[in-house]
Amino acid sequence: MGKVKITIDNTPVEVESNLTVYQAAKQIGINIPVLCYMNLEHLNIENRPGGCRICVVEIEGRKNLAPSCSTLCAEGMVVHTNNRRVLNARKTVLELLLSDHPKDCLICPKSGQCDLQDLAVKMGIREIHAVENAEVSTYRKDISPALSRNMDKCVLCRRCETICNTVQTVGALSVVNRGFMSVVAPAFEEDLIDSPCTFCGQCVAVCPTGALTEVNHTPKIIRALSDPTKTVIVQTAPAVRAALGEEFGYPAGTLVTGKLVAALRKLGFAKVFDTDFAADLTIIEEGNELLNRLTKHLNGDTNVKLPILTSCCPAWVNFFEFYFPDMLDVPSTARSPQQMFGSIAKTYYAEMLGIKREDLIVVSVMPCLAKKYECQRDEFQVDGNPDVDFSISTRELAALIKTSNIDFNVLEDEDFDHPLGESTGAAVIFGATGGVIEAAVRTAYELYTGMKLQRIDFHELRGLEGIRMATVNFNGTQINIGIAHQLGNARKLLEGIRNGMYHFHAIEIMACPGGCIGGAGQPLHHGDSSVIKARFDAIYREDASKPLRKSHENPYIVKLYEEYLGNPLGEKAHHLLHTHYFDKKKIKAARKNKN
Amino acid sequence: MSNYKMHILVCGGTGCRASQSHEIVEVFKAELKAHNLENDAQVVTTGCFGFCEKGPIVKIIPDNTFYTQVTPSDCTEIVLEHILKGRKVNRLLYEDPKTQSHVEDSKHMDFYKKQLRIALRNCGFIDPENIHEYIARDGYAALGKVLSEMTASSAIDEIKKSGLRGRGGGGFPTGLKWEIASKFKSDQKYVVCNADEGDPGAFMDRSILEGDPHSVIEAMAICGYCIGATKGLVYIRAEYPLAITRLKIAIEQARNFGLLGNDIMGSGFSFDIELRYGAGAFVCGEETALIHSMEGKRGEPTVKPPYPAEKGYLGKPTNVNNVETFASIPVIILKGSEWFASIGTERSKGTKVFALAGKINNVGLIEVPMGITLREIIYEIGGGIKDGKKFKAVQTGGPSGGCLTEKHLDTPIDYDNLTAAGSMMGSGGMIVMDEDDCMVSVAKFYLDFSVEESCGKCSPCRIGNKRLHEMLEKITSGKGTVEDLDYLQNLSKVIKDTALCGLGQTSPNPVLSTLEHFYEEYLIHVKERRCPAGRCKELRLYSINPDLCTGCTACTKACPVGAIEGEKRQPHIIHEEKCIRCGACYAKCKFTAINVQ
Amino acid sequence: MNTFKLQDCQKTTIKNICASFKNDPGELINILHKTQGEFGYLPEDVQREVALNLNIPVAQVYGVVTFYSFFTMKPKGKHAISVCLGTACYVRGADKLVDELKEQLKIKVGEVTPDGKFSLDCLRCVGACGLAPVLLIGDKVYGRVDPEQITEILESYE
Repeated sequence: MGKVKITIDNTPVEVESNLTVYQAAKQIGINIPVLCYMNLEHLNIENRPGGCRICVVEIEGRKNLAPSCSTLCAEGMVVHTNNRRVLNARKTVLELLLSDHPKDCLICPKSGQCDLQDLAVKMGIREIHAVENAEVSTYRKDISPALSRNMDKCVLCRRCETICNTVQTVGALSVVNRGFMSVVAPAFEEDLIDSPCTFCGQCVAVCPTGALTEVNHTPKIIRALSDPTKTVIVQTAPAVRAALGEEFGYPAGTLVTGKLVAALRKLGFAKVFDTDFAADLTIIEEGNELLNRLTKHLNGDTNVKLPILTSCCPAWVNFFEFYFPDMLDVPSTARSPQQMFGSIAKTYYAEMLGIKREDLIVVSVMPCLAKKYECQRDEFQVDGNPDVDFSISTRELAALIKTSNIDFNVLEDEDFDHPLGESTGAAVIFGATGGVIEAAVRTAYELYTGMKLQRIDFHELRGLEGIRMATVNFNGTQINIGIAHQLGNARKLLEGIRNGMYHFHAIEIMACPGGCIGGAGQPLHHGDSSVIKARFDAIYREDASKPLRKSHENPYIVKLYEEYLGNPLGEKAHHLLHTHYFDKKKIKAARKNKN
Repeated sequence: MSNYKMHILVCGGTGCRASQSHEIVEVFKAELKAHNLENDAQVVTTGCFGFCEKGPIVKIIPDNTFYTQVTPSDCTEIVLEHILKGRKVNRLLYEDPKTQSHVEDSKHMDFYKKQLRIALRNCGFIDPENIHEYIARDGYAALGKVLSEMTASSAIDEIKKSGLRGRGGGGFPTGLKWEIASKFKSDQKYVVCNADEGDPGAFMDRSILEGDPHSVIEAMAICGYCIGATKGLVYIRAEYPLAITRLKIAIEQARNFGLLGNDIMGSGFSFDIELRYGAGAFVCGEETALIHSMEGKRGEPTVKPPYPAEKGYLGKPTNVNNVETFASIPVIILKGSEWFASIGTERSKGTKVFALAGKINNVGLIEVPMGITLREIIYEIGGGIKDGKKFKAVQTGGPSGGCLTEKHLDTPIDYDNLTAAGSMMGSGGMIVMDEDDCMVSVAKFYLDFSVEESCGKCSPCRIGNKRLHEMLEKITSGKGTVEDLDYLQNLSKVIKDTALCGLGQTSPNPVLSTLEHFYEEYLIHVKERRCPAGRCKELRLYSINPDLCTGCTACTKACPVGAIEGEKRQPHIIHEEKCIRCGACYAKCKFTAINVQ
Repeated sequence: MNTFKLQDCQKTTIKNICASFKNDPGELINILHKTQGEFGYLPEDVQREVALNLNIPVAQVYGVVTFYSFFTMKPKGKHAISVCLGTACYVRGADKLVDELKEQLKIKVGEVTPDGKFSLDCLRCVGACGLAPVLLIGDKVYGRVDPEQITEILESYE
């Protein structure tokens, strides 16, 4: 690509010719406001419908204003980003958007985090013309187990549609209707629970307004915490500690593990545990399952299913249950860390405390919204009592800390409680794409070869490319590994396996971009993917700083098997730590027919 | 046609068919048979003659006798008198409204005198379902000439030199468009004919496809040769069943004659055409939206560039032209670019088809040279305003266009003059309005259309047009303010400036142009709460003329809100503050005692 | 809303329509045209079946169906009345025809009479501007209609 000379707001500048006017302006420090446009460059995700018309600029010689997000620079172009004509147009367009938007900003779940609100502040909107007779488009609300849709607040930026279709290939959402009543919705505006939605929540993560939000479970937690008859314990996922700080003004990538633990104690949780403990447990079960299948396979058993697929990501589980019902026996049967934790807490730990499972409330803090759905699945209840009672997101926790008037920034670091709070570096990296499989490799290698691993860091498994493939040498046996994050990439891998194009022994899949660190429950990235990159790096820093970095070295895990579970994949382990999968297409169709 | 002494041409266009023209055909056939004239005269169902006002039309060739408003029962007389004895049936001849005398043949009718038919050259002359008739009028000679004598670039040059511009709305030079598409390299290119005529009040594309489908097929093949495409697609409105049928027949015939398919006329060039159906979305007239629609998607436009010439249907280079543009191509090739360029004005060459409608005597489809004045169209071809009313405005370009007024009557009509006057050529709808039309209501009517047809993708069009419409609603219901007019103006300009596609960028034109030319009328609506044309229901003032009122109390009983009072047999009065302007009293009064203002 | 349930033979019909277009999602609009021609309208289950055959999300099918005014999810009346609201008809008083029809049929535009006999819709320009104002009942075109003729026209469909 060559260079072109253009002039932006009277400043001559030379830029690459493949840049848009928006990008070129950014290079010289002019931030043109945008709304629909979103470019997560580290993740190769772009949404550019050119629909909101907020980013318009004047280009001399053109009849109309041009959208800077999708206009390429050309030699000699003279651009004005802030003259009267442009500012008036931008402000008028924003007023139009606001005229078709509910005015309940003060009590909106997105208040303070809303891109539309930010624009209104920035452009100094003090009145909205032509509102007295203005019709406001309104739609059916839907509150699913994880996500809440209030499309009255939709500005039709199409980010969710792009995510759901192009990135995740879930296909739950589409723009429907025409003109003023256009909106993004599932088919027939049915409930998300009846649609192919996986609750990955990435639509929520990119929604610029309060149209798509998580279902808030913090009131339930406050109620539980105030009930003297209940013992309320909490587990926090690895990715939470790498992102929570952002909500309190820390730069992205700041690890706030100690403050997180301190804040949770202040909130009144009886014990503050770590999902990482359960992640180590997952590795033992899943690692053994891999070895089991691998050994059989190497011994010539043709019935064995390979590759083994990780199953810790609940949105991914929902995805293959809906789209790959013919492959339900391929993924590992190991439950996710959240659910393993709940299961162990409500048996082993409850017994340890000598209380009934009903009196123990297990709360999880997750970077994820699909976890809300996962903990409500029937398989994870015992006589109607769930293993994990409530799951809240990183964002909900931040809000809870703020509303509880806890000054997060001055908290002294504290440590997790025992026994369910101890973990290794292998568990920490569960939070990043490639981390689960790296953790599994660290353990499986030693179990398979009986030798001590010399090199703990498997850089070949790390990175942010959507699909990665690597071969790891297990002392002469070559293990082929595939990694995908984002469900669209997962689909490609799975289809490749289905049609015999790929031959892997193990595959890790995470639904969210970057893995759990880019989860839909994390602090909003507002279209800046460097935030996700920074969290990604933080996760590997935390791993490197841990004294123990292999799951099977976790002394509390060793103890758990000795005292309670017996052998990995044993009867008790199978009962408490494994699950099975269902054909969701059939289930949803059956429910439709019943209604 | 030559074996017969006479031909009876019966219009088979949609308008005339609606008035039972197909029955007329049957009766003629039966009558000819009954009188043993089957070998002397032939009945031909043709496409539209254009003079829809006086349909059904029957024309006798060779003497060009033009019978209007023919009914099946008139056919016997025509056969017995005209065909058999050579005497014209006077009472069915067109009567000139000025002289009130019967006009002998179509050549002497004002409606046709000023017309020059290029795109419509065969409409009303040939049987569109018979390829022989098209060929007899030099059909497919242009394709033959291009394939045997011309290179792609020389043919493109010819089109460029002719000065032909797109007849669908934008007016982009056709030759240049072909040239751009020809320069992109690709394994597959497409020629697309946009036949999704959506402009309410324009029906020229329909008439061409119904009356002369082969001209479009021939032109598409020529275009394919020029840009290097072997596939053509016609995107046609599903609401045009007759056009679809005739086009299908024509494609099949062309294939059978080796004029479509592999190795056309032994030239080595292959080209074939498929149909794609629209499904009722005006925005699909926009190229990118049309292409998405052909791909089975929602017809939403996308940001250009990339233009379809680079990335169009299925991501391949695609050239999109509309029906009328294509229909002009074969003639240009045959008669030469110089001939075509000699017609019209400096920057608008050739002719343009207009659908003349509204408050005008001669409603119909006309084709005139560019540069003709509105006055000539309205008063000569159109025969003046209906019922002797006063001309007020003419709306051109449909929902994307604007109004022209008295002061534009002598402006030569071409692309640039129309744009300069705040309107546009558009696809050629031309709606004439008289003193009874309220221009605020007209603007509202078009906005209603744009609101309904907005795809919803970009905010200015999705929300802005809605707000414009609401504001106009407010004004026409007597609640508007002078400030509203300022906002109306600003909002219109911003929508024009910021909308994504041609639909949104032009949708405020009816508002802007009526604001410009009829600002007074708006002011009267907002200041005096009055509609001078009396069209706005809620602004009507009802009063009772005491001299005519007999006190029959019929109006009192009809009034739903009790706004009328009066003693029996005494003149009644209407309480203005209570009146909801429903008009019930007006409808009930037998003594015309109720005045409406 | 979802009262229409597909019979197996109807599923076969849809399957055959899709197959005749090689199950190509690019032909979705043509397929929907054919399918609507078959069923008269496009109820939910029909759309689900089309999506299934084309292997595309049903949300996408629904997105297309709701975009184009030609496609309908409601059955039409036995006699579908459409009033042309093209400009030529509008300036010659087509809006009055709509008012009159609404009044006589006691339904709004887009609705069907309770006995299923008539449905009322508006459409844009049928290209018979010379006959303005125009209304269609089924395929039959009525030209130069005066509101006072409406009763008579409707009665002819007894």
